[in-house]
Amino acid sequence: MSDAMADRKLDRSQMQVSDEVAIQITNMNKWYGTFHVLRDIDLTVNRGERIVIAGPSGSGKSTLIRCINRLEAHQQGQIIVDGTELTSDLKNIDKVRSEVGMVFQHFNLFPHLTILENLTLAPIWVRKTPKKEAEEVAMHYLNKVKIPEQAHKYPGMLSGGQQQRVAIARSLCMKPRIMLFDEPTSALDPEMIKEVLDTMIELAEEGMTMLCVTHEMGFAQAVANRVIFMDQGQIVEQNNPHDFFNNPQSERTKLFLSQILGH
Amino acid sequence: MSSKQNTTAAFVRTDMLAQKAPPTGQVGAVRWVRENLVSSPLNIVLTLLGVSAVYFLITHLGPWFTNSIWNAGSLAECRAILDGKSGACFGVIKDRWHQLLFGFYPQDSYWRPTLAFVLMVVAMAPVLFEAVPRKVLWFSAVFPAVAFWLLWGGTIWLPALAMLGFAIGYAAFVLLQRVSPLVAVIGAVLAPVVWWLFVSGPLSEAMAGIIPIGLPAIQSHEFGGFMISIIIGVTGIALSLPIGILLALGRQSDMPLVKWICVGFIEFIRGVPLITLLFTASLLLNYFLPPGTNFDIVLRVIIMVTLFAAAYMAEVVRGGFAALPRGQYEAADALGLDYWKSQRLILLPQALKISIPGIVNTFIGLFKDTTLVVFIGILDPIGLSSAIRADSNWNGIFMELYAFIALCFFIFCFGMSRYSQYLEGKLKTDHH
Repeated sequence: MSDAMADRKLDRSQMQVSDEVAIQITNMNKWYGTFHVLRDIDLTVNRGERIVIAGPSGSGKSTLIRCINRLEAHQQGQIIVDGTELTSDLKNIDKVRSEVGMVFQHFNLFPHLTILENLTLAPIWVRKTPKKEAEEVAMHYLNKVKIPEQAHKYPGMLSGGQQQRVAIARSLCMKPRIMLFDEPTSALDPEMIKEVLDTMIELAEEGMTMLCVTHEMGFAQAVANRVIFMDQGQIVEQNNPHDFFNNPQSERTKLFLSQILGH
Repeated sequence: MSSKQNTTAAFVRTDMLAQKAPPTGQVGAVRWVRENLVSSPLNIVLTLLGVSAVYFLITHLGPWFTNSIWNAGSLAECRAILDGKSGACFGVIKDRWHQLLFGFYPQDSYWRPTLAFVLMVVAMAPVLFEAVPRKVLWFSAVFPAVAFWLLWGGTIWLPALAMLGFAIGYAAFVLLQRVSPLVAVIGAVLAPVVWWLFVSGPLSEAMAGIIPIGLPAIQSHEFGGFMISIIIGVTGIALSLPIGILLALGRQSDMPLVKWICVGFIEFIRGVPLITLLFTASLLLNYFLPPGTNFDIVLRVIIMVTLFAAAYMAEVVRGGFAALPRGQYEAADALGLDYWKSQRLILLPQALKISIPGIVNTFIGLFKDTTLVVFIGILDPIGLSSAIRADSNWNGIFMELYAFIALCFFIFCFGMSRYSQYLEGKLKTDHH
């Protein structure tokens, strides 16, 4: 198991789960052509929750969180994010997307723009923030992810871990209410995983609502308030991390855990 | 025990190695020659062949240039001076340079295309180089109208009111934006078209009657030489890139109608030779236009050349889009950027950067293809070389004219090529 968490004591003072619903997914189904990739998904996420979604590859976990900001369209059921239902209505989609931050496995920074321009682009063009103010906010978040000195470099000049932290800062500049993480550490060298996880932990400590698809089970145990296990496009088991890891109920979960924790 | 790592013995490094300078090899000309010219028997043979080819070229072409005659009024005079020696007769360039540059444009008005050319350089500067103040872009925007007026002359009101059409389109867009974005776009397209078709013509005549400002009008058939190549080439280049980008976007569109119109256009235009399009422009188009319409031949050629280049451009740009990782689209979407903003700010800059070599390739091709207009009776430099030979003074002169024309084309095309390399270097962001 990853020991990246070992030296970290969490400050749980602001990690409160409220009764307010942030995301409501009801009976959602999705197909890729004829392949039924998500099946009858029901999921309610309250504000302040930190949810880790685990599962074997191809289980639909990435597709699930990509449906939440409509990078993928669902064909059946309902997804309501922050009170806005996701339909083909572009206005609603843009509204949700500007409220929901997303961090990708391969960072997806814009290589033709400097780090600072990467961070200020959406605030300036989507939120209509004045440039100067957007740059101040950007520097604030670059400080937060501990790489302010890279502001005027291009993404290609940074290490993977630094790029991923920039990607997180880029999402934060839009002041999102929900953050989605799609395997944020899977493309990183082991030495860089910790710096990205540290950034994510800090976010959690500030009470951010987070959904993370990740294989970092140490992170799940330390930070998540709920772990969801998916297989074959459906939610197989969900529980608090303690019970999920120590007392898994389904055979499929047990097998998965024995495979990823067994050595 | 050596410091080499051994599978059986444990090894711990106590001090890390500092950086050392690389070994200094032999440097200098001798080494370069040995490595590059005579490194193997085959290399030696190739070197000898290369050297003899260069020697052959210099000994045969050298005298042609060194003996060249610049002061001669006719080919006969030139040959008399040469007295049997081999030598170029560049006197023809000196005698007829004005025709090669301006065709049969009236001599006392040469200042007009010359001024237009100088202003073109000014108008292009801010587009090509970042260091030029951005305010000059306003001049770039009105330059087409200025150039049109200088070249063709006539009343100033026609180009001025034509430019006003763009302002009207913009105003319509801003006003109708309140109704809906779609209505705004339709209005922004329709308003200027209506203005150009029905209002600007009569209005400019009326204005010219009240305030007559103008230059003597010069007809298109008097245009010629490099002037016509540059007019067609530069207009085609300036228009084909934006049209090509729109076609490339249209081809990727989710809207089937837009997509199929763009695919049909691109495939049709790419599927026919340019020369057939030019013949269509010069001959066939008249059958489709109302009798008595005078649709300027140069304008028709510009439209055809532009459409032809735009179809190629669309495919070049599409190649650039195809090379972008899917993640760039997703990241732009995930940040809440709408279609046009993500295209303009994220995808297009990267796609164009990737496509620079292909785009400049198309530009160079377009510029050289302007020589095809000779087949529809427009006197470009090639056409003028025949016209010059028709004069008994210069009957029989070929190489000198073609060499001069080739040199001029080379300067333009090589300039474009160098600029594209400069741009590629400037836009490189992936190294320290």
